Amino acid sequence: MEGVLKQNSTKEFFTGLYREHRAAITAGDYPALTIQRDNAIRRFEESGFPTTKLEAWKNTDLKESFSKEYDIVLEPEQGVDVQKVFRCNIPHLDTAIMGQLNGWYVSKDVPLMELGNGIIMGSLAEALKKYPALIEAHLGKYADSNTDAFTALNTAFFRDGVFIYVPDNVKSPKPVQIINVIHHDRNLFLQSRNLIVLGKNSRLSLVHCDDSYNHQPSFSNVVTEIYLGEHASLDHYKLQNLNNASTLISSVYFQMDTAAQLESHYISLNGGLLRNNVRQRFNGPHGDTKIYGIYLMDARQHIDNQVFIDHAFPDCTSGELFKGILDEHSSGVFNGHVLVERNAVRTNAYQSNKNILLTETAKVNSKPFLEIYNDDVKCSHGSTTGQLDQDAMYYLRQRGIGEESARMLLMYAYADEVISKIAIDPLRLRIEDMVKKRLQGELQICEACVLHCNTPEQPMEFVIDMTKL
Amino acid sequence: MLLSIKNLHASINGKEILKGITLDVNQGEVHAIMGPNGTGKSTLASVIAGREVFDVTAGEVIYKGKNLLKLAVEERAREGIFLGFQYPVEIPGVSITNFMRTAVNEIRKYKGLDPLGGGAFLKLMEEKKKLVELTSNLANRSVNEGFSGGEKKKNEIFQMAMLEPTLAILDETDSGLDIDALRVVANGVNKLRTKDNAFMVITHYQRLLDYIVPDFVHVLFEGRIVKSGTKELALELEEKGYDWIRKEQEGKGIAG
Repeated sequence: MEGVLKQNSTKEFFTGLYREHRAAITAGDYPALTIQRDNAIRRFEESGFPTTKLEAWKNTDLKESFSKEYDIVLEPEQGVDVQKVFRCNIPHLDTAIMGQLNGWYVSKDVPLMELGNGIIMGSLAEALKKYPALIEAHLGKYADSNTDAFTALNTAFFRDGVFIYVPDNVKSPKPVQIINVIHHDRNLFLQSRNLIVLGKNSRLSLVHCDDSYNHQPSFSNVVTEIYLGEHASLDHYKLQNLNNASTLISSVYFQMDTAAQLESHYISLNGGLLRNNVRQRFNGPHGDTKIYGIYLMDARQHIDNQVFIDHAFPDCTSGELFKGILDEHSSGVFNGHVLVERNAVRTNAYQSNKNILLTETAKVNSKPFLEIYNDDVKCSHGSTTGQLDQDAMYYLRQRGIGEESARMLLMYAYADEVISKIAIDPLRLRIEDMVKKRLQGELQICEACVLHCNTPEQPMEFVIDMTKL
Repeated sequence: MLLSIKNLHASINGKEILKGITLDVNQGEVHAIMGPNGTGKSTLASVIAGREVFDVTAGEVIYKGKNLLKLAVEERAREGIFLGFQYPVEIPGVSITNFMRTAVNEIRKYKGLDPLGGGAFLKLMEEKKKLVELTSNLANRSVNEGFSGGEKKKNEIFQMAMLEPTLAILDETDSGLDIDALRVVANGVNKLRTKDNAFMVITHYQRLLDYIVPDFVHVLFEGRIVKSGTKELALELEEKGYDWIRKEQEGKGIAG
């Protein structure tokens, strides 16, 4: 353990910590990376942590997250029983599993696997040693350490994370699953970094899960950079199921070359404060992006989805559909920003955010935004916030369906518009079950989190079993 | 007596719509409720079904010997009251199959019966689909989503067939139907008629009553039943129009 982030610590704590441990942090770096880190900590020193005075953080207040004390661990933990921590229990989901515990890559055998088809996957720290040139070509090229304070802090401090490389023309035969588990006996502040590189004409399905196994508070600042080469295709799933005392700032930067295809799904089931910063740039024409999100919040949970799409080249298509159900005192933010640059003719973009507020105390701030600098585009955006459709409720009840079941049926149907887009069948079935459980308020850590292993399956109590028909 | 309505007054947002309805319905009977637009026909249907936006300010409704007004919408439905909607609601994401399976089993649970298993349920669906000539394609879709007017009304009759109500209220089921769809809908109703159930058929036009022959016809005007008779009354209305009723009422000094 290298430091304790005290309550309401300031940026000076981090800049001091960086100076003190710079030698250890940068030990595995290639020279340019150390320069990136030095620049990043300087940028962070200038900006400090974002406050609600900033437009991008107006409706997300980190005060409570910073009111706790956290351990900062700069060296990997020893003696982890990998078998015990990671054993996926999604029936029939055949994936290559990559485990992360508290941000550190953990493996059964080797920290970096090189598969027969040329795919490399494993620890980023290990890949930095073995493939520095491959990493240098991408790392820090897409993530924005200049204007994003959390990304800058992550760049300065990250030690490990996941690295995946899919060579040109290779199609990954099965989905790859990253399971990032937070399990620590004290409060933890962690910063991990992931890099995923898809070569030309390659294909990958990636399931990225964030889970916690206990109720200990945590603060994660995770940055993921994903590069898609020409004609590469990525099916990306982000599952978030963290405890109510956890803060997760997740920033994912997608860079897409000519005719690359991306489908990204954000499924946020639980968490204290979740901020999904999704930034995607078309770096060539004919790219196609679809980003879907579903979030189910209750208690005092907060979700903030920030989606920025940069149409820098002509003939690209992007679509966003984010839907949320907010209960009790929960709150949500959706900021969608589509930038269509001057030369990006024949751009096709739509954004949609829909919210259902189940109580008068739940709230949402939704701002879809288009910024367009040419005339030859087809863009649309929309946002709705409301209650469950009362006419539909009446209709269902008139057929003898009780109020509670009718609500479930409607909420599930509402969520299903997003869930039905999940292309991996066993994953979709599992998410369907989880959403049903979540809507009934049953989903709890160590009981039904996506990947928890050692607890036997709880019987499904859901009265409306959609899967049987 | 299946249903007994006495001096029923109901209002919405302080505006009185029903101004003293009295009506008795026995098992095995078909009652047609006719009348011009805006006289309270749909309100009467909604109040019997239990829609909460209406306030019952006076009167009583006794159904199967119970005070109907005390029951929630779903309890009324489980007691055998079915409302065929004038404007069936579209519910994206809920398949008709799943919707009906949930409804059938919640009603069975209320009656203390075991839920229908998957096989038995599907068999029941097949049987009832034939009754209203509902295609399988339609049954697999979301409830009413993207359905034509005719398909929506067929779907209402299909649901009625599935739930086998004791009292079915059809609220302008004929509106917007072409002659073929009208025949399908009417045939469905006629096949479901038994000595144990009853129908209240709300309609503007006499046309539907050529297919569903009523035992009684009531004319609703300004929140009251102003005339009751047999099926011949419907023909008379068709001939003379609602102005006839209006003039007659004005003559009595009730309206205005």
